[in-house]
Amino acid sequence: MIKGNSGIRKTDVINRRMFIIGAAKIIIFTGIIARLFSLQVNENKKYLTLSDKNRIREWKLPPIRGDIVDYFGNIIAGNLKVYQLHIIPEQVENFNYLLTRLKTILKLSDKKIEKIVKLKNKLKPWESIVVSENLSWSDFLKINNYLYDLVGVKPVMTISRNYPFSEVYTHILGYVSQPNEEEILANETVKERFVPGMKIGKLGLEKTLENHLIGTNAIQRYEVNAYGKRINQLEHQKGEQGLRVRLTVDTEVQKACGKLLNDRAGSISVMDIYTGDIIAMYSSPSYDPNKFLFGISNDDWALIRNNPLKPLVNKTLSGLYSPGSTIKPIVALSALENKIVSPSFKVKCTGKMELYGQTFHCWKEKGHGFVSLKNAMKQSCDTYFYEVARLLGVDRLNVTAEKFGLGKKVLGDYFDFEKSGLFPNTKWKKNNLGKGWVLGETLITGIGQGYTQTTPLQLCLMTAQIANGGYSIKPRIIVDNNPMPLEETKRKLKEETLHTQEKKLFNDPRNIKIVQEAMFSSTNELYGTSYKSRIDDPKYQFAGKTGTAQVKRISMRERELDLKIEQIPYKDRDHALYIAYGPYINPRYALSIIIEHGGSGSRTAAPIAKELFKLIIDRNDLRNKQKNFEEIKI
Amino acid sequence: MFQQDRLNNELTFWQKIKELDYILLTSVFLLSILSLFVMYSTDGGEILFHTKSHFSKIIIFFPLMIFIAFFNIKWWHNLSYLFYLVVILLLIYVSFFGIKSSGSRRWMDLYLFNLQPSELMKIAIILCLAKYYHRIKIENVNSITSIMTVVTIILIPIIMVLSQPDLGTSILIAASGLIVLWLGGVKIKYFIYSFIVFLISLPFVISFLKPYQKLRILTFLDPDRDPLGAGYQIIQSKIAIGSGGLDGKGFLKGTQSYLDFLPEKHTDFIFTLFSEEFGFIGSVALLILYSIIIIRILRIGAISRSNFSRLFCFGFAFAIFIYIVVNLSMVLGLLPIVGSPLPILSYGGSSMLATMIGFGIVLSAKINHKQMIA
Repeated sequence: MIKGNSGIRKTDVINRRMFIIGAAKIIIFTGIIARLFSLQVNENKKYLTLSDKNRIREWKLPPIRGDIVDYFGNIIAGNLKVYQLHIIPEQVENFNYLLTRLKTILKLSDKKIEKIVKLKNKLKPWESIVVSENLSWSDFLKINNYLYDLVGVKPVMTISRNYPFSEVYTHILGYVSQPNEEEILANETVKERFVPGMKIGKLGLEKTLENHLIGTNAIQRYEVNAYGKRINQLEHQKGEQGLRVRLTVDTEVQKACGKLLNDRAGSISVMDIYTGDIIAMYSSPSYDPNKFLFGISNDDWALIRNNPLKPLVNKTLSGLYSPGSTIKPIVALSALENKIVSPSFKVKCTGKMELYGQTFHCWKEKGHGFVSLKNAMKQSCDTYFYEVARLLGVDRLNVTAEKFGLGKKVLGDYFDFEKSGLFPNTKWKKNNLGKGWVLGETLITGIGQGYTQTTPLQLCLMTAQIANGGYSIKPRIIVDNNPMPLEETKRKLKEETLHTQEKKLFNDPRNIKIVQEAMFSSTNELYGTSYKSRIDDPKYQFAGKTGTAQVKRISMRERELDLKIEQIPYKDRDHALYIAYGPYINPRYALSIIIEHGGSGSRTAAPIAKELFKLIIDRNDLRNKQKNFEEIKI
Repeated sequence: MFQQDRLNNELTFWQKIKELDYILLTSVFLLSILSLFVMYSTDGGEILFHTKSHFSKIIIFFPLMIFIAFFNIKWWHNLSYLFYLVVILLLIYVSFFGIKSSGSRRWMDLYLFNLQPSELMKIAIILCLAKYYHRIKIENVNSITSIMTVVTIILIPIIMVLSQPDLGTSILIAASGLIVLWLGGVKIKYFIYSFIVFLISLPFVISFLKPYQKLRILTFLDPDRDPLGAGYQIIQSKIAIGSGGLDGKGFLKGTQSYLDFLPEKHTDFIFTLFSEEFGFIGSVALLILYSIIIIRILRIGAISRSNFSRLFCFGFAFAIFIYIVVNLSMVLGLLPIVGSPLPILSYGGSSMLATMIGFGIVLSAKINHKQMIA
């Protein structure tokens, strides 16, 4: 009975205590449910975002660069499909076997194999190794043939920059290539859009117009697992191709320039004298920019770098030359404008001129006899211009020269390597060389020697501004999509000069006319220095001025020897220059030609102009018809 | 007298079948089926290793539970001390010959699965103490000898499990033991005293903790102190549960889980996966299912004539409750991370075996609820 009692009492204790913890259980369960509610219902959004952040990764793809086209819409810098070869390490069964197979199929070097192995150890197993960035079509076919044997290899098609005219536009366009870290950090847009494997402009317009051309990244979203491996693709956000840029250049003319220069060191520029459109701008020798796209080989690079003709230098914009006799139109104009000389003013040329015991030679030893301005220009008489320069003084000459664009960058915004050149005056010498101006220096400045340094494009602009009647134009290489009829352009030029004196480069229009006529006679009249290169058909007839720039002082001995050009060492030969504009009636285009160490301007440079003018003027109609720029789809 | 006779007689097979608790049985069955689906999801929607293995364990242990139920509760009463001793022996065996894995020696290799004796101890300690308090006179419960005996019974396995080391399981063993002490009538003041002693010795205990255990406590206090290292598990677990929302991401669509952001998703963090895929509604439903099981066990304890059955059922119900609470609090970031599985749902043979044995004894108590035990 006691036992039974104890049992019952025990049962009571157990039951009582059970109720106490039963109550505790309910409270605790409620607490847990409350916690669940707060996480899953109240804070659901926060955790959903975190979960998406966990699982979704974005991959930026390289943007597609905008095309660059010539005036007629031909693509001169475009994009091309290229074939690449990738290895995905985690799919490879036997890495060494694969490498030996690839080595024999693609003839890879040991160095390349080493590089691949190094990359493999660095990358995650699902990140692809690029074995070849640009596979030739035959290699691509070979790989596809052997694909059954190459487990883990992926042939990939991608897009790469391409320059269809190879070396023709190198000095205008530059090229793209893989940027280094500094280059990425230097440009905000590049920094933002950079993805490995992307290429940026390294030189020329490709570099200057980077932000227009670059385009926006396409974005791929992938679901990834905790280790970062892509599981599946979620969505694709298309990128926009970079802007299409149209240049003023004409590929046919540009190509012709290249052909005419024929790998000689030199430059040709062609410009529309009213719009300032640069029709062609060729620096020779050039090189193939396509070689830089996937990293240039050491051999190719050495070939370009060690070429004594300096293909890497853009001679049109950063080559500095003495203008030689091509400066004479400006000297003549300056003298006329300053009323130093009249068209009838004559100087007697005896072949040399003495000044303070120094002898200044005319190119013609026997002398030209009495010469007027027109004849002096025509035959390029140095003595006449010594005398005129002496009377004019360098400072007044400098004012005219600078008005016409000498000593200033022509396209400064677009090419960071463009040089501004120099046209001296007394103040300049004092400030920079600390010495007083010497009269003798005025004389040689008058024939384009001495301190004067010009770029070929400056000479072209100078010629254009003489040709258009003395109006200041702004040269351009990019079409801004607002073509104006020629008449309107001319009217506008004249109208602008009424308001601003700056645009007007002359006081008396007759002076310009005199200079133009003198240039005409130089090309089209007997005894003119470029008479042999004339074209009689008025449609193509042009006016020009030759120039022969001395590279070194001619010694008395050399003068007596009167060596033929072939007998002089290349580096000592004179630069040959020629400036011209045409057609003479209703002119439209100006050009400047320079052949480094080409000998005399009349013999080497002027004949090129003859060839070019035919082409340029024949293409004028086509160019005028090319109006509707908006119709071209981007 | 007549009634007495009938009660002393063994029940027939059909009577036993009739007397089974079908609500409890159905709930456990549902939970088993649910666990298979969840395991299928952890395998990424394929029938792979974990699903197959879990299935085979259910196939063996579920019938085992019914088999155990068919033995008279008297049997289990008689075997209680022996069971406790056998498990102690297994613990000793494991501490010498056990399989070592990630720094602790907890398992012994059975052909079917690796047995973790400490899991069995969770049941054995309840059985053992239930028998002790069933037999002891109520007047002697608070005597020094009695207190010393039960403390020894609890401390021996705890020390052995702690030395494996396995903090989580030893805490659960301690909790299971203490609850039977409480039910058995040990005075409240003893609990309060020992709690005070525990608090005082806490700094001392902490100095004995392994570095990784200390790290877990620190991480619990501030999971963001090392989000990719120690705090990773709990942060990812909270993200998974939180992102599940009201109705979940859908079966097999738990991104945290199938993209491998969840650590130990098969075992301790199984609820995280479940909650991510089935949301708040699913989680509450799961808790309700567990509650039904617990309430059913409590009811069986309440109708049991013998105090042994009563103590075991109440103790076991509470133990299940503790397992659930500790596991959920852990994955919800309410407690530091200690290894503790969720009954039936978590992958793991020993835990399921122990739980199924427990259910079997509870069912036996139900069938024999009118049985008196001397």
